Amino acid sequence: MVSASMELPPAGAPSGDGWSEALLAALAAEELAAPLDAAGPLAAVRRRGFEGLRQRPLPSRREEAWRFTDLGALRAVRPRRLVTSGADPAAHWPAPAAGSLRLRLDGAADPLAGQSLPQGLEALTDTDLEQALGQTLAATGCREHWPVSLNKASAARVLGLRVRGEVAPLLELVSDTATAEGVLALRVLLLLEPGASLRLLQVHRAAGASLTSVVVEARLGEGSRLEQGVLAQGADAAVLLGHLAVSQAPGSEYQLASVSGGWGLSRLEPRVVQLAGEAITRLRGLQQVDGRRIADTHSQVMFAGPEGRLDQLHKVVADGAGRSVFNGAVRVPRAAQRTDAAQLSRSLLLSERARVDTKPELEIVADDVRCAHGATVSRLRQDELFYLQSRGIGADLAARLLLRGYCEEVLRELPGAAALWHPLDTFPAPGAPAR
Amino acid sequence: MIRPDAPVLLEIRDLHACVEEQPILRGVSLTLRAGEIHAVMGRNGSGKSTLSKLLAGHPAYRVTGGSVLYRGEDLLALAPEERARAGLFLGFQYPIEIPGVSNLEFLRVATNARRVARGEEELDTFAFEDLVRERLRLVQMDAAFLDRSVNEGFSGGEKKRNEILQMALLEPVVAILDETDSGLDIDALRTVSAGVNHLAGPDNATLLITHYQRLLDEITPDFVHVMAAGRILRTAGKELALELEERGYDWVDEELAALERIPAEVG
Repeated sequence: MVSASMELPPAGAPSGDGWSEALLAALAAEELAAPLDAAGPLAAVRRRGFEGLRQRPLPSRREEAWRFTDLGALRAVRPRRLVTSGADPAAHWPAPAAGSLRLRLDGAADPLAGQSLPQGLEALTDTDLEQALGQTLAATGCREHWPVSLNKASAARVLGLRVRGEVAPLLELVSDTATAEGVLALRVLLLLEPGASLRLLQVHRAAGASLTSVVVEARLGEGSRLEQGVLAQGADAAVLLGHLAVSQAPGSEYQLASVSGGWGLSRLEPRVVQLAGEAITRLRGLQQVDGRRIADTHSQVMFAGPEGRLDQLHKVVADGAGRSVFNGAVRVPRAAQRTDAAQLSRSLLLSERARVDTKPELEIVADDVRCAHGATVSRLRQDELFYLQSRGIGADLAARLLLRGYCEEVLRELPGAAALWHPLDTFPAPGAPAR
Repeated sequence: MIRPDAPVLLEIRDLHACVEEQPILRGVSLTLRAGEIHAVMGRNGSGKSTLSKLLAGHPAYRVTGGSVLYRGEDLLALAPEERARAGLFLGFQYPIEIPGVSNLEFLRVATNARRVARGEEELDTFAFEDLVRERLRLVQMDAAFLDRSVNEGFSGGEKKRNEILQMALLEPVVAILDETDSGLDIDALRTVSAGVNHLAGPDNATLLITHYQRLLDEITPDFVHVMAAGRILRTAGKELALELEERGYDWVDEELAALERIPAEVG
């Protein structure tokens, strides 16, 4: 555990204090008013979500995986499905980039309605969904995770797509709760056939007291390739809980670049399994906290066969009294000989009061492997600042340039169209007063 | 070019400084007039680089006595960026690599900071590209280096060219070049020196900090100062550098030892 802080974590916070119960009651009441399709592919999923939440209303900070993650911001979100009102947030979105297909996810409308899908993409049938939903969650060991149960109980829709061959356009999935209050649950399932290739950009935005719950499952067939970007721009009262579950067949390549900032609380859980090894996984993460915000990434990569590769870089910018948590698990069982895995966590601490907790969790049983990991916590470098200042660049601007340079290493891995969403706005100038 | 009536650009008087409470400069005095090229020579640890960084405002050094006037104003009262905007330039011995910050943008922001301070309009990206391409020729630098991160992965020679490119863009009044010759092969040394000679003019002054005569074969100094133990031991014309080349620094040690004995004997 690498820790940099001025304070000790408070003792375990209480769990179930009625929030989940209230959410379940609101969802049940809604269902009474407008019964959902009892035979639809989500019916069984929803039931399991309800059960899960009833059994375990909220994670407790006594649990290791939630030890550093205060759910205060979540409890301040109204426990009911998101009710949108007022101006359409899409009016403030940038126009889609040429060569990208934008689908809007609002949890209610069918994102595919009125869309003609490009060559290589087709909607999954209910039968497909019934067969495949949840498989990758199970394969990556997170089917029973609390945020997954919450998503299952709340999601009224699933966007399911099959990918064949190379899909030329970038698929852009956008959610924006704007100032609306409540819970937006989004569920996505992608099945990449052998040899298929897809570039995906998820943009999740929030400006009010809302919870955006995202569960994406992606099954990568042999030799397929998924390039996934996640750009999550939140606000003080907003919460993001995301699970990205990916299973990789041999010869496949998965690349994730996730960038999040501004959320009162965000927790992202990329979980990857290389089902028989021999696949390539490349993870890039960047999370920003300032004020009293909390950003948490729990990643897990599991090698279930030999000769798998992982290249992971997680970066943090922590300012104000913000708190960042990174837990990077890498599991290399005996079957995963000749695995080559590297994980690096780098944290930039911009304030005395910010706190960074970083924990690599390497479980290596195989003996013929290369597994490297490293963690650094540092401040802006004085010699770099001085160099810029010695060229007439003011200290504030110099610090901003350096911060941007630091972020750039991950930002440049987002699909190009992400630039339209101004990802740098996610990162306020260093030294901004804590809000 | 020595003109006794030329305006004084930089006047260092009895400057004392320390780093982490360790005295490094122990009474440096030096006057640079417009049009002059000065060379400061001396062994490692003599205080040459400290002097250059201190003049640029490096936060690690603390001035404990003396003064520095830049065109009649108190230089030490200015923040590093204010010194640069006013026309003071330090060419770094070891230019810093800054991953993720584009060299082109860095050069543009720096150039515009200097332009605004001179009462000129900022250049937009197009006008700046024209300017930078013109100045690139001066240091024979490949335009591909503009698209890279500042100094990242540059060879020693490329870093020094990039320093002189910055100098060419910022058009300083006083340029301090800290061991600009280190790490350069003979061709790069000639190119960099030609750039410096081109930029040296009647209205500015240059302070070269170096170990070696070979830089002074390319850039002819008007004055050579020998520094030891944090002070200037001797000042003369360019022939002093040749003498150093011939005799080495041993005589400097003797002279310094004699100098340090005097107060004890008197007191």
